[in-house]
Amino acid sequence: MRELASLSEAERRALMRTDWGFVHQDATLGLRMNVSAGGNIGERLMALGDRHYGRIRKTAAEWLGRVEIAADRLDHKPSTYSGGMRQRLQIARNLVTSPRLVFMDEPTGGLDVSVQARLLDLIRNLIAEMGLAVVLVTHDLAVARLLSNRIMVMKEGAVIESGLTDRVLDDPQAPYTQLLVFSVLAA
Amino acid sequence: MMPAAADLLIVEGLEKSFTLHLHGGARLPVVAGVAFAVERGECVVLGGPSGAGKSSILKMAYGNYRADRGRILLADGGRFLDIAQASPGEIVDARRRIMGYVSQFLRVIPRVSALDIVAAAARGAGLEVEAARARAAALLARLNLPNHLWALPPATFSGGEQQRVNIARGFAGEHDLLILDEPTASLDAVNRDAVVALIAERRALGAGFLSIFHDEDVRERLADRVIDVLPFSAQAAA
Repeated sequence: MRELASLSEAERRALMRTDWGFVHQDATLGLRMNVSAGGNIGERLMALGDRHYGRIRKTAAEWLGRVEIAADRLDHKPSTYSGGMRQRLQIARNLVTSPRLVFMDEPTGGLDVSVQARLLDLIRNLIAEMGLAVVLVTHDLAVARLLSNRIMVMKEGAVIESGLTDRVLDDPQAPYTQLLVFSVLAA
Repeated sequence: MMPAAADLLIVEGLEKSFTLHLHGGARLPVVAGVAFAVERGECVVLGGPSGAGKSSILKMAYGNYRADRGRILLADGGRFLDIAQASPGEIVDARRRIMGYVSQFLRVIPRVSALDIVAAAARGAGLEVEAARARAAALLARLNLPNHLWALPPATFSGGEQQRVNIARGFAGEHDLLILDEPTASLDAVNRDAVVALIAERRALGAGFLSIFHDEDVRERLADRVIDVLPFSAQAAA
Protein backbone atom coordinates (compact mmCIF):
# COMPACT_ATOMS: atom_id res chain seq x y z
CA MET A 1 0.00 0.00 0.00
CA ARG A 2 1.22 3.48 -0.91
CA GLU A 3 -0.24 6.82 0.02
CA LEU A 4 -1.13 8.48 -3.29
CA ALA A 5 -0.61 12.00 -1.99
CA SER A 6 3.00 11.17 -1.18
CA LEU A 7 3.90 9.87 -4.65
CA SER A 8 6.15 11.94 -6.86
CA GLU A 9 4.77 13.26 -10.14
CA ALA A 10 6.83 10.75 -12.07
CA GLU A 11 5.42 7.90 -10.03
CA ARG A 12 1.88 9.14 -10.55
CA ARG A 13 2.46 9.50 -14.26
CA ALA A 14 3.73 5.93 -14.35
CA LEU A 15 0.63 4.75 -12.49
CA MET A 16 -1.64 6.50 -14.98
CA ARG A 17 0.03 4.59 -17.82
CA THR A 18 0.14 1.21 -16.13
CA ASP A 19 -2.20 0.26 -13.30
CA TRP A 20 -4.72 3.03 -13.90
CA GLY A 21 -6.96 4.09 -16.73
CA PHE A 22 -9.30 7.04 -17.13
CA VAL A 23 -12.20 7.12 -19.58
CA HIS A 24 -13.57 10.64 -19.98
CA GLN A 25 -17.13 11.49 -20.91
CA ASP A 26 -15.69 13.83 -23.56
CA ALA A 27 -13.51 11.56 -25.69
CA THR A 28 -11.52 14.52 -27.02
CA LEU A 29 -10.04 14.86 -23.50
CA GLY A 30 -8.90 11.26 -23.46
CA LEU A 31 -7.58 10.93 -27.00
CA ARG A 32 -5.03 12.71 -29.16
CA MET A 33 -7.34 13.84 -31.88
CA ASN A 34 -4.62 14.49 -34.46
CA VAL A 35 -2.82 11.20 -33.99
CA SER A 36 -4.00 8.01 -35.71
CA ALA A 37 -6.12 5.48 -33.82
CA GLY A 38 -3.16 3.10 -33.86
CA GLY A 39 -0.96 5.84 -32.42
CA ASN A 40 -3.49 6.52 -29.69
CA ILE A 41 -3.47 2.89 -28.60
CA GLY A 42 0.26 2.44 -29.09
CA GLU A 43 1.24 5.46 -27.02
CA ARG A 44 0.71 3.72 -23.72
CA LEU A 45 2.72 0.71 -24.88
CA MET A 46 5.60 2.96 -25.93
CA ALA A 47 5.39 4.77 -22.61
CA LEU A 48 6.02 1.41 -21.02
CA GLY A 49 9.14 0.99 -23.10
CA ASP A 50 7.97 -1.06 -26.07
CA ARG A 51 9.90 0.10 -29.15
CA HIS A 52 9.01 -2.67 -31.60
CA TYR A 53 6.87 -0.89 -34.18
CA GLY A 54 5.44 -4.04 -35.75
CA ARG A 55 4.42 -5.50 -32.43
CA ILE A 56 2.85 -2.25 -31.24
CA ARG A 57 0.91 -1.96 -34.48
CA LYS A 58 -0.28 -5.55 -34.20
CA THR A 59 -1.44 -5.08 -30.61
CA ALA A 60 -3.21 -1.85 -31.58
CA ALA A 61 -5.01 -3.65 -34.41
CA GLU A 62 -6.07 -6.44 -32.06
CA TRP A 63 -7.49 -3.92 -29.61
CA LEU A 64 -9.34 -2.12 -32.37
CA GLY A 65 -11.00 -5.47 -33.08
CA ARG A 66 -11.82 -6.07 -29.44
CA VAL A 67 -13.68 -2.76 -29.25
CA GLU A 68 -15.42 -3.56 -32.54
CA ILE A 69 -13.79 -0.98 -34.78
CA ALA A 70 -12.95 -2.08 -38.35
CA ALA A 71 -9.24 -2.83 -38.87
CA ASP A 72 -9.04 -0.45 -41.86
CA ARG A 73 -9.63 2.50 -39.52
CA LEU A 74 -6.30 1.92 -37.74
CA ASP A 75 -4.51 4.76 -39.54
CA HIS A 76 -7.38 7.22 -39.35
CA LYS A 77 -7.48 10.04 -36.83
CA PRO A 78 -10.19 9.95 -34.15
CA SER A 79 -11.43 13.29 -35.47
CA THR A 80 -12.92 11.25 -38.33
CA TYR A 81 -14.66 8.86 -35.90
CA SER A 82 -18.25 8.98 -34.66
CA GLY A 83 -18.96 9.63 -30.97
CA GLY A 84 -19.47 5.96 -30.17
CA MET A 85 -16.27 4.94 -32.00
CA ARG A 86 -14.26 7.59 -30.19
CA GLN A 87 -15.50 6.25 -26.88
CA ARG A 88 -14.55 2.68 -27.85
CA LEU A 89 -11.12 3.88 -29.01
CA GLN A 90 -10.65 5.65 -25.68
CA ILE A 91 -11.45 2.40 -23.91
CA ALA A 92 -8.94 0.49 -26.07
CA ARG A 93 -6.27 3.12 -25.38
CA ASN A 94 -6.84 2.68 -21.66
CA LEU A 95 -7.06 -1.08 -21.52
CA VAL A 96 -4.17 -1.98 -23.82
CA THR A 97 -1.72 -2.00 -20.91
CA SER A 98 -4.05 -4.15 -18.75
CA PRO A 99 -4.62 -1.67 -15.94
CA ARG A 100 -6.02 -2.92 -12.64
CA LEU A 101 -8.23 0.08 -11.90
CA VAL A 102 -10.14 2.18 -14.42
CA PHE A 103 -12.06 5.37 -13.69
CA MET A 104 -14.98 6.06 -16.02
CA ASP A 105 -16.72 9.41 -16.02
CA GLU A 106 -20.13 9.03 -17.69
CA PRO A 107 -18.68 6.75 -20.41
CA THR A 108 -21.99 6.54 -22.28
CA GLY A 109 -23.01 10.08 -21.36
CA GLY A 110 -23.25 12.02 -24.59
CA LEU A 111 -24.06 9.07 -26.80
CA ASP A 112 -27.15 8.27 -28.80
CA VAL A 113 -29.10 5.45 -27.17
CA SER A 114 -28.58 3.37 -30.32
CA VAL A 115 -24.86 3.07 -29.55
CA GLN A 116 -25.18 3.09 -25.76
CA ALA A 117 -26.40 -0.49 -25.47
CA ARG A 118 -23.52 -1.98 -27.48
CA LEU A 119 -21.00 0.07 -25.56
CA LEU A 120 -22.45 -1.05 -22.23
CA ASP A 121 -22.27 -4.67 -23.29
CA LEU A 122 -18.69 -4.18 -24.48
CA ILE A 123 -17.64 -2.52 -21.22
CA ARG A 124 -19.31 -5.22 -19.17
CA ASN A 125 -17.62 -8.04 -21.09
CA LEU A 126 -14.19 -6.40 -20.89
CA ILE A 127 -14.57 -5.88 -17.15
CA ALA A 128 -15.47 -9.55 -16.69
CA GLU A 129 -12.74 -10.89 -18.99
CA MET A 130 -9.92 -8.73 -17.67
CA GLY A 131 -10.99 -8.81 -14.03
CA LEU A 132 -10.91 -5.00 -13.95
CA ALA A 133 -11.90 -2.89 -10.99
CA VAL A 134 -13.88 0.12 -12.20
CA VAL A 135 -15.04 3.28 -10.47
CA LEU A 136 -17.78 4.77 -12.60
CA VAL A 137 -19.66 8.05 -12.37
CA THR A 138 -23.11 8.14 -13.93
CA HIS A 139 -26.44 9.92 -13.68
CA ASP A 140 -28.16 7.04 -15.42
CA LEU A 141 -29.51 4.52 -12.90
CA ALA A 142 -29.99 1.91 -15.63
CA VAL A 143 -26.29 2.15 -16.52
CA ALA A 144 -25.38 1.80 -12.84
CA ARG A 145 -27.57 -1.30 -12.57
CA LEU A 146 -26.12 -2.95 -15.66
CA LEU A 147 -22.46 -2.26 -14.95
CA SER A 148 -21.92 -2.09 -11.22
CA ASN A 149 -21.92 -4.43 -8.24
CA ARG A 150 -21.86 -1.64 -5.69
CA ILE A 151 -23.22 1.86 -5.71
CA MET A 152 -22.63 5.01 -3.68
CA VAL A 153 -25.38 7.61 -3.95
CA MET A 154 -23.98 11.12 -3.53
CA LYS A 155 -25.56 14.47 -2.86
CA GLU A 156 -23.76 17.75 -2.26
CA GLY A 157 -20.42 16.05 -1.79
CA ALA A 158 -21.59 13.46 0.72
CA VAL A 159 -22.39 9.78 0.35
CA ILE A 160 -26.09 9.43 1.20
CA GLU A 161 -26.43 5.68 0.83
CA SER A 162 -24.27 2.81 -0.39
CA GLY A 163 -24.43 -0.92 -0.91
CA LEU A 164 -25.24 -3.67 -3.37
CA THR A 165 -26.46 -1.90 -6.51
CA ASP A 166 -29.70 -3.78 -7.07
CA ARG A 167 -30.62 -3.51 -3.40
CA VAL A 168 -30.06 0.25 -3.30
CA LEU A 169 -32.09 0.69 -6.47
CA ASP A 170 -34.92 -1.72 -5.57
CA ASP A 171 -35.12 -1.04 -1.84
CA PRO A 172 -33.72 2.48 -1.35
CA GLN A 173 -33.56 3.62 2.27
CA ALA A 174 -32.52 7.28 2.20
CA PRO A 175 -35.09 9.93 1.26
CA TYR A 176 -32.87 11.31 -1.53
CA THR A 177 -32.28 7.83 -3.03
CA GLN A 178 -36.02 7.15 -2.95
CA LEU A 179 -36.61 10.44 -4.73
CA LEU A 180 -34.06 9.50 -7.43
CA VAL A 181 -35.28 5.95 -7.95
CA PHE A 182 -38.99 6.73 -7.91
CA SER A 183 -38.60 9.67 -10.29
CA VAL A 184 -37.21 7.67 -13.22
CA LEU A 185 -39.47 7.61 -16.25
CA ALA A 186 -39.98 4.19 -17.76
CA ALA A 187 -39.47 4.32 -21.53
CA MET B 1 -32.17 -23.57 15.40
CA MET B 2 -28.86 -25.39 14.89
CA PRO B 3 -28.02 -25.83 11.20
CA ALA B 4 -27.98 -29.43 10.00
CA ALA B 5 -25.86 -30.81 7.18
CA ALA B 6 -28.84 -31.06 4.84
CA ASP B 7 -29.86 -27.43 5.39
CA LEU B 8 -29.30 -25.17 2.45
CA LEU B 9 -31.17 -22.09 3.63
CA ILE B 10 -32.36 -21.25 7.12
CA VAL B 11 -34.54 -18.22 7.71
CA GLU B 12 -35.15 -17.01 11.27
CA GLY B 13 -37.05 -14.06 12.72
CA LEU B 14 -37.08 -12.26 9.41
CA GLU B 15 -38.80 -8.90 9.37
CA LYS B 16 -39.31 -6.28 6.69
CA SER B 17 -41.12 -2.98 6.30
CA PHE B 18 -40.89 -0.10 3.86
CA THR B 19 -40.59 3.53 4.89
CA LEU B 20 -41.91 5.84 2.21
CA HIS B 21 -40.08 9.13 2.65
CA LEU B 22 -41.86 10.74 -0.29
CA HIS B 23 -45.16 10.11 1.47
CA GLY B 24 -44.52 11.69 4.83
CA GLY B 25 -42.44 8.79 6.07
CA ALA B 26 -45.40 6.39 5.97
CA ARG B 27 -44.35 2.98 7.25
CA LEU B 28 -45.57 -0.07 5.37
CA PRO B 29 -44.99 -3.30 7.30
CA VAL B 30 -44.59 -6.35 5.04
CA VAL B 31 -43.65 -9.43 7.09
CA ALA B 32 -42.42 -10.28 10.58
CA GLY B 33 -41.23 -13.42 12.35
CA VAL B 34 -40.62 -15.35 9.12
CA ALA B 35 -38.99 -18.70 9.88
CA PHE B 36 -38.45 -21.77 7.71
CA ALA B 37 -35.69 -23.87 6.17
CA VAL B 38 -34.94 -25.33 2.76
CA GLU B 39 -32.97 -28.56 2.57
CA ARG B 40 -30.84 -29.85 -0.28
CA GLY B 41 -32.98 -31.62 -2.84
CA GLU B 42 -36.15 -29.98 -1.58
CA CYS B 43 -38.66 -27.75 -3.33
CA VAL B 44 -40.28 -25.36 -0.88
CA VAL B 45 -43.17 -23.26 -2.15
CA LEU B 46 -44.37 -20.09 -0.47
CA GLY B 47 -48.16 -19.84 -0.45
CA GLY B 48 -50.65 -17.16 0.45
CA PRO B 49 -52.66 -14.42 -1.24
CA SER B 50 -51.22 -11.56 -3.29
CA GLY B 51 -49.68 -8.89 -1.09
CA ALA B 52 -48.93 -11.35 1.72
CA GLY B 53 -45.18 -10.75 1.23
CA LYS B 54 -44.09 -13.86 -0.69
CA SER B 55 -41.99 -11.98 -3.26
CA SER B 56 -40.47 -9.80 -0.54
CA ILE B 57 -39.26 -12.92 1.28
CA LEU B 58 -37.68 -14.24 -1.94
CA LYS B 59 -36.01 -10.89 -2.58
CA MET B 60 -34.58 -10.78 0.93
CA ALA B 61 -33.23 -14.32 0.52
CA TYR B 62 -31.45 -13.20 -2.67
CA GLY B 63 -30.11 -10.07 -0.96
CA ASN B 64 -32.14 -7.83 -3.22
CA TYR B 65 -34.24 -6.37 -0.37
CA ARG B 66 -32.81 -5.32 2.96
CA ALA B 67 -33.95 -7.35 5.96
CA ASP B 68 -34.80 -5.15 8.95
CA ARG B 69 -34.31 -7.99 11.39
CA GLY B 70 -33.54 -11.70 11.45
CA ARG B 71 -31.14 -14.12 9.81
CA ILE B 72 -30.96 -15.70 6.34
CA LEU B 73 -28.32 -18.42 6.53
CA LEU B 74 -27.10 -19.77 3.20
CA ALA B 75 -24.93 -22.90 3.22
CA ASP B 76 -21.53 -22.31 1.64
CA GLY B 77 -19.50 -25.49 1.86
CA GLY B 78 -19.12 -26.19 5.57
CA ARG B 79 -20.19 -22.75 6.80
CA PHE B 80 -23.20 -20.48 6.60
CA LEU B 81 -23.33 -16.96 5.18
CA ASP B 82 -25.93 -14.66 6.72
CA ILE B 83 -27.36 -12.86 3.71
CA ALA B 84 -29.07 -10.36 6.02
CA GLN B 85 -25.65 -9.19 7.27
CA ALA B 86 -23.41 -10.03 4.31
CA SER B 87 -21.35 -7.37 2.54
CA PRO B 88 -22.16 -6.53 -1.10
CA GLY B 89 -19.06 -8.44 -2.17
CA GLU B 90 -20.13 -11.56 -0.28
CA ILE B 91 -23.59 -11.40 -1.85
CA VAL B 92 -22.17 -10.94 -5.36
CA ASP B 93 -19.92 -13.93 -4.76
CA ALA B 94 -22.78 -16.05 -3.35
CA ARG B 95 -24.88 -15.22 -6.40
CA ARG B 96 -22.09 -16.40 -8.69
CA ARG B 97 -21.40 -19.62 -6.88
CA ILE B 98 -24.37 -20.67 -4.76
CA MET B 99 -27.72 -19.09 -5.52
CA GLY B 100 -29.65 -18.14 -8.63
CA TYR B 101 -32.85 -16.18 -9.08
CA VAL B 102 -35.53 -16.22 -11.75
CA SER B 103 -37.70 -13.12 -11.64
CA GLN B 104 -41.10 -12.69 -13.23
CA PHE B 105 -39.69 -10.49 -15.96
CA LEU B 106 -36.52 -10.57 -18.00
CA ARG B 107 -34.23 -7.57 -17.55
CA VAL B 108 -31.17 -7.47 -19.84
CA ILE B 109 -28.86 -5.20 -21.80
CA PRO B 110 -30.65 -4.32 -25.05
CA ARG B 111 -29.39 -5.88 -28.29
CA VAL B 112 -27.60 -8.82 -26.69
CA SER B 113 -28.64 -12.20 -28.10
CA ALA B 114 -30.60 -14.77 -26.10
CA LEU B 115 -27.73 -17.25 -26.31
CA ASP B 116 -25.20 -14.68 -25.09
CA ILE B 117 -27.43 -13.71 -22.17
CA VAL B 118 -27.65 -17.30 -20.97
CA ALA B 119 -23.98 -18.03 -21.72
CA ALA B 120 -22.93 -14.97 -19.70
CA ALA B 121 -24.69 -16.43 -16.66
CA ALA B 122 -22.82 -19.72 -17.12
CA ARG B 123 -19.55 -17.79 -17.52
CA GLY B 124 -20.31 -15.97 -14.28
CA ALA B 125 -20.53 -19.32 -12.54
CA GLY B 126 -17.04 -20.16 -13.76
CA LEU B 127 -17.40 -21.97 -17.09
CA GLU B 128 -15.05 -21.33 -20.00
CA VAL B 129 -16.44 -19.58 -23.08
CA GLU B 130 -17.14 -22.70 -25.16
CA ALA B 131 -18.54 -24.75 -22.27
CA ALA B 132 -20.76 -21.82 -21.30
CA ARG B 133 -22.15 -21.53 -24.83
CA ALA B 134 -22.75 -25.27 -24.97
CA ARG B 135 -24.63 -25.25 -21.68
CA ALA B 136 -26.66 -22.21 -22.79
CA ALA B 137 -27.58 -23.93 -26.05
CA ALA B 138 -28.59 -27.12 -24.23
CA LEU B 139 -30.84 -25.17 -21.87
CA LEU B 140 -32.52 -23.16 -24.62
CA ALA B 141 -33.13 -26.37 -26.58
CA ARG B 142 -34.49 -28.08 -23.51
CA LEU B 143 -36.91 -25.18 -22.95
CA ASN B 144 -38.08 -25.36 -26.58
CA LEU B 145 -36.87 -21.92 -27.60
CA PRO B 146 -36.88 -22.11 -31.41
CA ASN B 147 -33.38 -22.26 -32.84
CA HIS B 148 -33.76 -19.24 -35.08
CA LEU B 149 -34.32 -17.04 -32.00
CA TRP B 150 -31.06 -17.90 -30.24
CA ALA B 151 -28.96 -15.30 -32.06
CA LEU B 152 -31.59 -12.58 -31.56
CA PRO B 153 -32.09 -10.25 -28.60
CA PRO B 154 -35.24 -11.13 -26.61
CA ALA B 155 -36.82 -7.64 -26.76
CA THR B 156 -39.22 -8.67 -29.54
CA PHE B 157 -39.89 -12.20 -28.20
CA SER B 158 -43.28 -13.17 -26.82
CA GLY B 159 -43.79 -13.11 -23.05
CA GLY B 160 -43.42 -16.89 -22.85
CA GLU B 161 -40.25 -16.90 -24.95
CA GLN B 162 -38.68 -14.15 -22.85
CA GLN B 163 -39.56 -16.04 -19.71
CA ARG B 164 -37.84 -19.17 -21.00
CA VAL B 165 -34.67 -17.15 -21.70
CA ASN B 166 -35.00 -15.88 -18.14
CA ILE B 167 -35.33 -19.41 -16.77
CA ALA B 168 -32.41 -20.66 -18.85
CA ARG B 169 -30.29 -17.81 -17.49
CA GLY B 170 -31.31 -18.65 -13.92
CA PHE B 171 -30.44 -22.32 -14.37
CA ALA B 172 -27.21 -21.76 -16.30
CA GLY B 173 -25.14 -21.40 -13.13
CA GLU B 174 -26.25 -24.81 -11.77
CA HIS B 175 -26.49 -23.29 -8.31
CA ASP B 176 -27.19 -25.11 -5.04
CA LEU B 177 -30.20 -22.89 -4.37
CA LEU B 178 -32.63 -21.51 -6.93
CA ILE B 179 -35.12 -18.83 -6.02
CA LEU B 180 -38.04 -18.80 -8.43
CA ASP B 181 -40.71 -16.09 -8.53
CA GLU B 182 -43.55 -17.52 -10.63
CA PRO B 183 -41.34 -18.82 -13.42
CA THR B 184 -44.16 -20.62 -15.20
CA ALA B 185 -46.75 -17.81 -15.13
CA SER B 186 -46.62 -16.92 -18.82
CA LEU B 187 -45.99 -20.39 -20.23
CA ASP B 188 -48.26 -22.76 -22.15
CA ALA B 189 -48.76 -26.37 -21.03
CA VAL B 190 -45.92 -27.86 -23.10
CA ASN B 191 -43.35 -25.37 -21.88
CA ARG B 192 -44.63 -25.52 -18.34
CA ASP B 193 -43.95 -29.25 -18.48
CA ALA B 194 -40.43 -28.59 -19.75
CA VAL B 195 -39.75 -26.27 -16.81
CA VAL B 196 -41.27 -28.71 -14.31
CA ALA B 197 -39.05 -31.49 -15.70
CA LEU B 198 -35.96 -29.27 -15.47
CA ILE B 199 -36.70 -28.37 -11.85
CA ALA B 200 -37.39 -32.00 -10.93
CA GLU B 201 -34.11 -33.08 -12.52
CA ARG B 202 -32.06 -30.45 -10.67
CA ARG B 203 -33.81 -31.29 -7.45
CA ALA B 204 -32.92 -34.96 -7.88
CA LEU B 205 -29.28 -33.82 -8.23
CA GLY B 206 -29.52 -32.09 -4.85
CA ALA B 207 -30.44 -28.50 -5.69
CA GLY B 208 -32.87 -26.78 -3.34
CA PHE B 209 -35.70 -24.52 -4.50
CA LEU B 210 -37.48 -21.65 -2.81
CA SER B 211 -40.33 -20.67 -5.05
CA ILE B 212 -43.68 -19.11 -5.73
CA PHE B 213 -46.02 -20.98 -8.09
CA HIS B 214 -49.56 -19.75 -8.47
CA ASP B 215 -50.35 -22.57 -10.86
CA GLU B 216 -52.04 -25.35 -8.81
CA ASP B 217 -50.90 -28.08 -11.15
CA VAL B 218 -47.22 -27.06 -11.03
CA ARG B 219 -47.40 -26.74 -7.27
CA GLU B 220 -48.92 -30.21 -6.96
CA ARG B 221 -46.17 -31.72 -9.04
CA LEU B 222 -43.18 -29.99 -7.49
CA ALA B 223 -43.81 -28.83 -3.94
CA ASP B 224 -42.33 -30.97 -1.19
CA ARG B 225 -43.72 -28.46 1.24
CA VAL B 226 -45.97 -25.40 0.99
CA ILE B 227 -45.31 -22.70 3.57
CA ASP B 228 -48.26 -20.42 4.16
CA VAL B 229 -46.81 -16.93 4.66
CA LEU B 230 -50.06 -15.44 5.96
CA PRO B 231 -49.08 -15.97 9.63
CA PHE B 232 -45.95 -13.84 8.94
CA SER B 233 -47.84 -11.26 6.96
CA ALA B 234 -48.41 -7.70 8.11
CA GLN B 235 -51.51 -7.78 5.92
CA ALA B 236 -53.04 -10.45 8.13
CA ALA B 237 -52.14 -8.57 11.30
CA ALA B 238 -53.72 -5.35 10.05
